[in-house]
Amino acid sequence: MNAAVVSAPDATLAVRHPEPAGAVLEFAGHWLSQRGLPEPSGALRELQAARVSHVAFDVRQIAAWDSGLVTFVLKLLGDLATRGVAADRDGLPDGVCRLIAMAEAVPERQTGRSDARPPWLARLGTHAIATAGAATVGLGFLGESLFALGALIRRRARFRVSDLLVVVQDCGPRALGIVSLISFLIGLILAFVGAVQLQQFGASIFVANLVAIAMTREIGCIMTAIVMSGRTGAAFAAQLGTMNTNQEIDALSTMGISPMEFLVLPRMLALIAMMPLLTVYSDLVGILGGAVVGLGMLGLSPTEYFEQTRAAVHVSDFLIGIVKSSVFGVVVALAGCLRGMQSGRSAAAVGLAATSAVVTSIVWLIVLDGIFAVILNVLGF
Amino acid sequence: MAYGSYVIQHDLDFSVERGEIFVIMGGSGSGKSTLLNHMVGLKAPARGDVVYDGESFWGATAEAQEGLRRRLGVSFQSGALWSSMTLAENVGLPLQTFTRLPARQIRDIVSLKLALVGLAGYEEFYPSEISGGMMKRAGVARAMALDPDILFFDEPSAGLDPISSRRLDDLILELRASLGATMVVVTHELASIFTIADNAVFLDAETRTMIACGPPKKLRDESPNPTVRTFLRRGDANGAAGGITS
Repeated sequence: MNAAVVSAPDATLAVRHPEPAGAVLEFAGHWLSQRGLPEPSGALRELQAARVSHVAFDVRQIAAWDSGLVTFVLKLLGDLATRGVAADRDGLPDGVCRLIAMAEAVPERQTGRSDARPPWLARLGTHAIATAGAATVGLGFLGESLFALGALIRRRARFRVSDLLVVVQDCGPRALGIVSLISFLIGLILAFVGAVQLQQFGASIFVANLVAIAMTREIGCIMTAIVMSGRTGAAFAAQLGTMNTNQEIDALSTMGISPMEFLVLPRMLALIAMMPLLTVYSDLVGILGGAVVGLGMLGLSPTEYFEQTRAAVHVSDFLIGIVKSSVFGVVVALAGCLRGMQSGRSAAAVGLAATSAVVTSIVWLIVLDGIFAVILNVLGF
Repeated sequence: MAYGSYVIQHDLDFSVERGEIFVIMGGSGSGKSTLLNHMVGLKAPARGDVVYDGESFWGATAEAQEGLRRRLGVSFQSGALWSSMTLAENVGLPLQTFTRLPARQIRDIVSLKLALVGLAGYEEFYPSEISGGMMKRAGVARAMALDPDILFFDEPSAGLDPISSRRLDDLILELRASLGATMVVVTHELASIFTIADNAVFLDAETRTMIACGPPKKLRDESPNPTVRTFLRRGDANGAAGGITS
């Protein structure tokens, strides 16, 4: 009996039975991965049905082969071995035998890894443990940064002033463009939405109050913080993550230089210093955006708009925004630096650190803004 | 070869025969890896061409270049594994992209390639979870994924302990013997050069050109150029071969 039991477009395998208990597997054609390979199951069924005790190979009809043939033969040999069928490898090409010997030279490592999904309770538990661990690390990082601030106050903190100035320049002057654009448009949109409503009551002039109070107390600082978390916080995470990958942070530690003082402190100081300035700038640009709508759409005079704004806003409103922005600066810097320092040592991990820095800081910004609102309300501001 | 107006190497002319192991050697900064980048199609030469089986690489259309690239496998210095993928995904990606094999067969081929480099059982590991030497070997498995005609290795021994380095040399020799693939290896490790190379080219950083080409042992013993002899004798141009024997 001699019939092709498995075949792919260019590769065929026939089983010949020269004796009742033996079989010869005859390979023919092109056994190349890129041209497609047959599955060994057909041949195995045939061998099982014939109850053979030993098999041999005949590859004289093979025109070309690559590791696809090796994979096929390995699978076949594995299955035959589990069924107790002896296989005579002599007929196989020398290269195939050598590759099989190489593949079998190092036994498979039992790592216990599998792609099977663990049960939901195990996943929940793992998630809970990870969350608790992350909270502990976050609190530890906050504590370490406070120690670093303490060292700064005692003039014992070690960092380069030039590094601080570079970060200050990056967080301050270089952020003016994006802060200007966002603040101007936010002020404009606020005024436009307010104008449509207030016009119905003949109270268009109060657009100035709406824009001025909203910008100075809330939107100026929160929008600046969100912009800075996406722009600067993510950059901090990516910088520190890459430094971690390159063992630059390890190099600092082994020299006895605290990474918290050398890397985190300048970034935190720069943002604490720059955020209030950017917020005041954002407030003014936002008010300017509102004025464009007030003057252009509502027909108010510049003097009218300016006077109305001055009457609506108190110094305390600016101060509230400034205080909040300093705290937001700390949050953005800490989230960026924490995620960067925690980052794994790979490109994917650095990307994840940057994403995580932005998400963490935005969540904390919104939470803290809510807490500020409650406290200020209780205090009567 | 040049970066902008700075010429790294000029007048390079050599050929690699089918099935041979060819070593590109030279001191640090001589342009070995840059030459490899030119050969594998990552960087176009300032002047000249790379020819595969009579077919110009840099004069070919984009489609023809794509076809030629599929005949090449490159093992990078540090493995260059994609960090967001497991080892199985790293090795399986070229098979998924360029063949129509079903997922099960791809999985079997991936397991074979990883087993060939001694990484059986590490399919579900991420690159960040394995050692540098293992990353390098996984990089070799990925380079072999499509059974390329020519395999390129950039500094395969760099950063490895002597035993791992020797194993990698054995792997290169065994792959050549079993698959008949052509190998081009960039290295300055003398032990590797004398173990694996059939032929070699020597790039000189000072004159910025190739100053020798031929079997390394012959170059060590007979090269008229003292720089080549000094290099191949670990700094001793006139002395013995530094204990490295054939």
